[in-house]
Amino acid sequence: MSESRIVDARNTFCPGPLMELIANVKLAGVGDVLELLSTDEGSAADVPEWVHKIGYELLGSEKVEGVWHIKVRKTK
Amino acid sequence: MRILIVGGGTGGTILGNNLARRLSDEIRNGMVRLTMLSASDKHMYQPGLLYVAFGQMMPDQLYRDQASLLEPGISFHVDPVTEFHLDQNHVKTKSGKIYEYDILAIATGARIVPQEVPGMSEGAENFYTEEGAVSLHKRLMEFQGGTVAMVVSIPHKCPVAPVEAMFLLHDFFKARGIRDKVKLRYHYPVNHVHATANVARWAKPEFDKAGIEYETLFNVKEVDPVKKIVYSEEGTQCKYDLLIAIPPHRGMETVEENKLGQGGWIPTDRFKLTMNGHDNVYVIGDATNIPVSKTGSAAHFEAEVVAENIASVIKTGIPVRQYDGKVYCFIEAGYDRATYNAFDYVNLPDLKPPSKSIHWFKMAYNQMYWTTVRGLL
Repeated sequence: MSESRIVDARNTFCPGPLMELIANVKLAGVGDVLELLSTDEGSAADVPEWVHKIGYELLGSEKVEGVWHIKVRKTK
Repeated sequence: MRILIVGGGTGGTILGNNLARRLSDEIRNGMVRLTMLSASDKHMYQPGLLYVAFGQMMPDQLYRDQASLLEPGISFHVDPVTEFHLDQNHVKTKSGKIYEYDILAIATGARIVPQEVPGMSEGAENFYTEEGAVSLHKRLMEFQGGTVAMVVSIPHKCPVAPVEAMFLLHDFFKARGIRDKVKLRYHYPVNHVHATANVARWAKPEFDKAGIEYETLFNVKEVDPVKKIVYSEEGTQCKYDLLIAIPPHRGMETVEENKLGQGGWIPTDRFKLTMNGHDNVYVIGDATNIPVSKTGSAAHFEAEVVAENIASVIKTGIPVRQYDGKVYCFIEAGYDRATYNAFDYVNLPDLKPPSKSIHWFKMAYNQMYWTTVRGLL
């Protein structure tokens, strides 16, 4: 059964939000959904680019009160 | 009051010594008992491994006897914890002893797991263990030309180490007079040459100037040691003659076996540094799951916060401050230049141009570390 988890990478610079997301993806199962919380403006472009290249599914990306919420499904 | 520190690395040792000083009266009159359990009687200066790989430090320079680093008020035992019973406030050790506590600090660190990437153990060198650093140095000295590739796994300790290693490789082969026969290729898992934007902005033109090639969005999937090809999760590959890997890391086995956190990373409050759901359990250093660098520097600053808070709680009943995410890391930019990266939860790193003076300060710090872990610096 697939699970959902939050990766709270707000206000962090090193190793940074995408690194935190990838580290958590490695621990997740196929089908799991991860929601990255990031205050780094770069995440809005960087995360979708990685998701597209690796072939996962981008479920959504929106900025709410200064925080990017980017949802990704691990598909393989 | 029984305080138990599990782990004798950078974080555990600074915490222990800091507490022993702050609580010297309470320890002397028997109100406080401070105990440290570690898996080893030796303490390793892990950042020195990079220098061992390039022949700039000898392995024996990395070690001190752990007992020699500790304040007399600390009861130190080489007896690793095998079982954590957090609901009963005690741990059980390898020797079978039970240690009860009122306050527990977990500082067990992280370990490399190259075996999680098929072919990495057989096909790649690394500088994250003494054995690995010595082996890499031998390979570098024997290397006569071809492609040296660096791949970076997630998560890993010391996020600036891959960048430093590339600059050192450049200068190493220059010094050997064969730089023109060596192609240096750097592969990094995110979109830029470093995860921290300001480091990436600085390192990219430096790579260009040094003739270091790079590929981003390269997450290591598999190494074929026979064909000498490394493959990425993103579908690309690199043919190499010598492969250097930053191996993936996990928290320690005992953390995973006791189900304290997935991947061996313990869920920790990023400000209070207490384990989620356990107010009398602190977690510092690589063992936490907080989104800061896994470095000795983070462990150092976290240990100071926890020491101040534990001492304050004992003396006044309340803690004094929160961890602000502070990290300070030197970045070697070659044999004779370095810069540094300092940041916290609020302030982005502001990289200064590399200089000889910062490099020499790092050289000095390689010795001053022993005063840091004693809690003096």
